[in-house]
Amino acid sequence: MIEINSIKARTFSKLGQRGTIFAIATPELAEQFPEMLVLTADLALLSGLDRFIQKYPDRFYNMGISEQNMVGVAAGLAAEGWKPVVTTYSSFLSMRSCEQIRHFGGYMKSNILFVGSGAGFSMTYSGNTHYTVEDLAIMRAIPNMIVLSPSDAVCAIKAYEAALKYENPVYIRLSGGLNCPMVYKDDFDFEIGKAITLEKGADIQLIATGLMVSTALKVAELLKKEGHSVEVIDMHTIKPIDKSVIASKDRLIVTIEEHNVFGGLGGAVSEVMTEKGICTPLLRLGIPDTFLKVGDVEYLLDQAGLSVEKIISAIQNRL
Amino acid sequence: MEIKELSKKMRIHAIEMAHNAGKKGAHLGGGLSAIEIFSTLYGAILKEGDQVVVSKGHCVLAYYTALYEFGFLTDGDIQSFETNGGLLHGHPTRNKAKNIEFSAGSLGMGLSFAVGIALAKLRKNDQSKVYCIVGDGECNEGSIWEAVMSASKYKLSNLIIIVDKNGLQYDGPTEQIMNLDPLTARFEAFGFEARDVNGHDEQELHNAFISFSKKSMPKVLIANTIKGKGVSFIENKPKWHFGIVDDVFYQKAMEELR
Repeated sequence: MIEINSIKARTFSKLGQRGTIFAIATPELAEQFPEMLVLTADLALLSGLDRFIQKYPDRFYNMGISEQNMVGVAAGLAAEGWKPVVTTYSSFLSMRSCEQIRHFGGYMKSNILFVGSGAGFSMTYSGNTHYTVEDLAIMRAIPNMIVLSPSDAVCAIKAYEAALKYENPVYIRLSGGLNCPMVYKDDFDFEIGKAITLEKGADIQLIATGLMVSTALKVAELLKKEGHSVEVIDMHTIKPIDKSVIASKDRLIVTIEEHNVFGGLGGAVSEVMTEKGICTPLLRLGIPDTFLKVGDVEYLLDQAGLSVEKIISAIQNRL
Repeated sequence: MEIKELSKKMRIHAIEMAHNAGKKGAHLGGGLSAIEIFSTLYGAILKEGDQVVVSKGHCVLAYYTALYEFGFLTDGDIQSFETNGGLLHGHPTRNKAKNIEFSAGSLGMGLSFAVGIALAKLRKNDQSKVYCIVGDGECNEGSIWEAVMSASKYKLSNLIIIVDKNGLQYDGPTEQIMNLDPLTARFEAFGFEARDVNGHDEQELHNAFISFSKKSMPKVLIANTIKGKGVSFIENKPKWHFGIVDDVFYQKAMEELR
C-alpha cells in the first residue's frame, strides 16, 4: 500500500491522476504485486512510466500503436496467472479496443486492469478525436466490468490499489493533466461500489464523479452561502453504482460528470431512481450529446455547462 | 492409431454431430477443412504443457471431435452440442477442465491471446509451445497482423500459427473478397519462419511441424486445404460454410466417408 499523508497528497495533486498512477504508484506497488505487468500502446513516456520501466524492464511491454492486440495479449498473460495493467488514452482504449475489452474482459473475465487516461476534455487542443465522453457508458454496458472514476490523484491511488487486489476486469478512468484539484487531503477508506459522502445536506444532493467532484464541492460552498443545505457525494464507482446513497425523495438530485449526459453517471442514477420509485427532480449535468468546439479545459467545461457558475445557474433554475 | 485413421474417424464423427444438431445447423466447411490439422496436431505433435488456441472458432467440428478422441470431451459433452445451456456450442467457450483455452467466435482475437500465452511461457522459461489455429478469411482482420508484428517483435519461437487456408469465406473466394496472397511471403516479411503444405496430408503436416528450426522467430504453417473436404457435395461450396445435414445428406455423406 502506498503511504498517504497531507504532504504526499499535495505532491500527487501536482502530478495529476495519470502521473501519480504511473510515475509513483506503479513502481511502488510492483513489489507488493509481483504478478503485475504493464502494457501500453506507445504511451509509456507520456504516462510517466519511465521509472517503472527502468526498475522492472522485464515487466513492461510496449505493444506499439495497436490497442486491440494489446488487450488480447494482456488476456493471454492473465490466463497464465499474471495481472496485466493495460493503459493508453481512454478514448482509444474504450473505443478502438472496445470489442477486445468486451471479449477478453467482460466475457472471458480476464483479470486485467484497464486504465484509460486523458478522459473527458483533458486532451484540450488535440481536439475531439482525443476527448472521451463515452467511456463510462460503453464500459457500463459490458457485463462483468467494474467501472471506476476517481475524483482526484489520491482517490486514483486508492482505486488503483483496490483494482489490483480485485481479481476480475476493472476499468479505471483517469482525467486531467498535471495539477489535479484536491478532494482528499489525506488518506481515507476506499471500497469499490461504496460512494463517499463528502458533505451532508438536506435540500440538494450533488452526486459527482471524476474531476467534477472538486467542482461539486465549490458549487456546494457557494450554494450554502445562499442558505441551501447541500450534500456532496463522490460516486467514484460507476458500476456497480452505490444505490444506498440515492435514497431521498424530498430534494433535488444533481449529477455532475465530465462525460456525455447519456449513459454515464446521470444515466446510472436515473435508472436507480426509477427502479426505487424515487420521485424527485433530477438534474443531469454532463457534456451535451454533441462534439464541441476545441479549446482548453475551462473553455470546454464552460461550453458544456460544467463551469461552477453554469452549474449553479442550472441548479437555481430548477429550484 | 494411424493419424489417417484418426482423421477418418473424426470426419465421420463431425458429420454425425452436424446431423444430430438437425435444423440448428453447423459450420461444415471450415470444420471439415481443418480435420487433418487437428488430427496431426493432437495425434502426433502436442507434448506435455503445449497449449492450443483455436482462434477460428467455427471449426468446432474438427476441434470437438479431436478433443473427444483424446479424452477431453465425453459422450455426454458431445451430446450437449448446440443444446440450450449446453457445454458445447457453435463456437467454443474457454473451459480449462476440457482443455479449451479460449472463447472464440469473434475473429481476429485468438492470435493476440496466444501471443500473451507465449510471452507468459517465456517469463517462466517454460519450454512448451502454443499452437494457434486461424482461418485465412480471419486474416482479413487487422488485429491478426498486429498480433503477428508483436510475435515477431518478442521473437516468440514458441508460437506456431497454423492457417487453415481453405480459400473460401462467407461471401466467396478469399482471393476475391480480400486477397491474402502471397500469404507465405507476407508472414516471412513479418519475420516468421514459414512452411507451406497440403493441409490434408498428415505426413506433410507432420514433417512441416518437426522441420521448424530453433531460430528465435515465430513459426507459421500455411495449410492449404479444401473447404468442406471429404464430402463431395460440401467441398468448395460457399453455401456449406454453415449448413443443415438432414437425413438424406447424412446418408449421402456417410456413403462417401465409410
